[in-house]
Amino acid sequence: MKIKISKENLQSEFVRKVERISGETLSNCYQCGNCTGGCPVSYEMDYGPSQIIRLLQLGEEGLLMNANSMWVCVGCLQCYSRCPKCVSAANILEALRQLTLRKGTDHENVSDLPFPFLKNAPQQAIVCGFRKFVS
Amino acid sequence: MSRIGVFVCQCGNNIASTVDTKKVAEEMSKMPGVVYTCDYKFMCSAPGQENLREIVKAQKLDGVVVSACSPHMHEKTFRKACESAGLNPYKCEISNIREQCSWVHHDKTKKVGTIKSIDLTRMTIERLKKNRPLKNINIPVKKRALVIGGGIAGIQAALDIADGGIEVILVEKEPSIGGNMARLSETFPTMDCSQCILTPKMVEAELHDNITIYTWSEIEKVDGYIGNFTVQIRKKAKYVDEQLCTGCGECIEKCPFKADNEFEMKLNKRKVIYTPFPQAVPNIPVIDAPHCVKIQKDKCGACAIICGPNAIDFKQKDQIITEEVGAIIVATGYQLMPNERFGEYGYGKIKDVISGLQFERLASSSGPTGGEIIRPSDGNVPKSVVFIQCVGSRDEKKGVAYCSKVCCMYTAKHTMLYKHKVHDGQSYVFYMDIRSAGKRYEEFVRRAIEHDGAMYLRGRVSRVYERNGKIVVQGADTLSGNQVEIEADMVVLATAILARDGADTLAQRLGIGYDKHKFYNEYHPKLRPVETVTGGIYLAGTCAGPMDIPDSVSMGGATASKVLGLFSSDEMSREPITAIVNRAICNACWDCLNACPYSAIEKESENDRHGNILRWLAKVNDGLCQGCGICVAACRSKCIDLQGYTDEQVYAAINAF
Repeated sequence: MKIKISKENLQSEFVRKVERISGETLSNCYQCGNCTGGCPVSYEMDYGPSQIIRLLQLGEEGLLMNANSMWVCVGCLQCYSRCPKCVSAANILEALRQLTLRKGTDHENVSDLPFPFLKNAPQQAIVCGFRKFVS
Repeated sequence: MSRIGVFVCQCGNNIASTVDTKKVAEEMSKMPGVVYTCDYKFMCSAPGQENLREIVKAQKLDGVVVSACSPHMHEKTFRKACESAGLNPYKCEISNIREQCSWVHHDKTKKVGTIKSIDLTRMTIERLKKNRPLKNINIPVKKRALVIGGGIAGIQAALDIADGGIEVILVEKEPSIGGNMARLSETFPTMDCSQCILTPKMVEAELHDNITIYTWSEIEKVDGYIGNFTVQIRKKAKYVDEQLCTGCGECIEKCPFKADNEFEMKLNKRKVIYTPFPQAVPNIPVIDAPHCVKIQKDKCGACAIICGPNAIDFKQKDQIITEEVGAIIVATGYQLMPNERFGEYGYGKIKDVISGLQFERLASSSGPTGGEIIRPSDGNVPKSVVFIQCVGSRDEKKGVAYCSKVCCMYTAKHTMLYKHKVHDGQSYVFYMDIRSAGKRYEEFVRRAIEHDGAMYLRGRVSRVYERNGKIVVQGADTLSGNQVEIEADMVVLATAILARDGADTLAQRLGIGYDKHKFYNEYHPKLRPVETVTGGIYLAGTCAGPMDIPDSVSMGGATASKVLGLFSSDEMSREPITAIVNRAICNACWDCLNACPYSAIEKESENDRHGNILRWLAKVNDGLCQGCGICVAACRSKCIDLQGYTDEQVYAAINAF
């Protein structure tokens, strides 16, 4: 995949929104990879937390919004606790979720979920699911 | 019969665990000429040395063998102890039974080690019997120093030596001292203006009573040895009388012809009569003879007409000056690799692809644009600039294998300078690794990224080409694993640091070593980093390898302390391990003279009382001789011997085996 880098992409509306919602400064990340290394679920992600930050640094919106990473993150904050630069990848992924959810597409109602699913799913998973998958 | 004492060291368990030191001592006592033997736990300890001194005196010993560690470790210690007990230090020999015996034999029954130790010690005893007392050589020292190269390293060395009260001659091949540092706009990591911190030092050097500066001069020939060098300096014709010139600069204004400006890295033109930059030291212009119409075609001469004090002299010739000095400091500096070698980066084809030093000049307030960063092609302000690191460095195929050390830091500095001057600009840096080892260096690079918004991309650039008036830079970002493309207005190449052209010729003139990149070799890369293998010649700054300003300055200071140390006494003492000619049998074939790598063999004549030459003889110059022994091997009539390692001594040792 070829990425065209320009000032417009680097400081796009999207990138600025992510920085504002998450409260993180993307340029603080020096790509050591500690977040991806410590993440308990990064093996399931299309791009690990550090790669997500890298794509944001490059201003590459398309690739990361199509990735499953933000939905796999459970928000355990392992990444933040290990980051030597005090960047919270979890906050950034949360910002990406917020940006997607705020679009209000594919809205789900709790009552629409099948009863067997609700009955078998662990309570924590449902709470997390509500936070992340339901808009 | 000689009276030799043998002292066998146990070195704690280092020797004693595989060598029966008591038995070695016992066996040695049976040797003829040995009157005393003992073994001891640590011979090098203070009581061990005291013991040795007492026994030398009590037993009236005329020779001492210490069977212990390598002579590299403690030969000096034991020789000193012997000397203080009244024995000639060269009548003390070390037999190495640690590195060459106990440490390499693991037989815990001590059988092998003991036998070998006995053999080694016996050989040393027989060798010692043939030792002659030797005296250290004292060489008179000429207390003047020569510094080659007037960059920051050379200036620092010259100032430090001169402040120590020693006369210094500073030779610079350009019209002004200052070197490459004078070209820099600001310096990392504190962002001081380079000229502001350099020019006071230049002026200090000019005004210092102990410093004589020869600019526009080069080293022609070097003869002699430590403490006594004779140097010939070629003072190139400036065509301006230095005594008469007042430095008013009217000639420069009137000169109608122009040539490429080397100081500004060819970004603009200068006059044919010129000083490289306004703060030049000395502030005396030179005429660029190949471009001067008066000198080439005998026309014009405008400068001579306008000059008030009549300082212009078109008939001036190169002068050869001979100076006698005791020490030489080499500080010849660096140059950048020619970017033309990198066609894929478009240097030379695309006008807005420039080198790091050119960017320094663009950013410098005294530069050709007055500090405004503009494109050389059309004078517009570039809104996006791509910096490419490791151009030529770390590139075995096209460039050099080594890292040029300063590019990471100066590129970070460039991005900051650019951001401070072009607020809405965006800089991009392609790097392989960021090497920012140094005090406050890493923080500096992070500031460029986090505060000044430089976009760092990890990867090499593979292509740079023009498309619709933009420079397209195509490379990779290996952190995200993608190919990237940037449309830039300007590209800056951080090209590799090379040794200067002619560095090898100068090294051959000085008799110092250099590596395959023509950087000068230090005596020992860690423990003697400013000395060369040739005594009395020292290295400072980037002629020894890429380094930044603080390193160059500290190296300059270090050489100064070496020189001041050398000059602290009127005479210099050195070991008498030198070759000696048997005058009775030398037949003057000069094989030794041709073989000697240090030019230490001289021709000496034997004259009758009328002064007629009867015959020629070889003579060894003790100041130059390093005791390598090549002449001994080359001599057909076997008339040269190496003192301390004579044939007689070596054969005695072999026969005792």
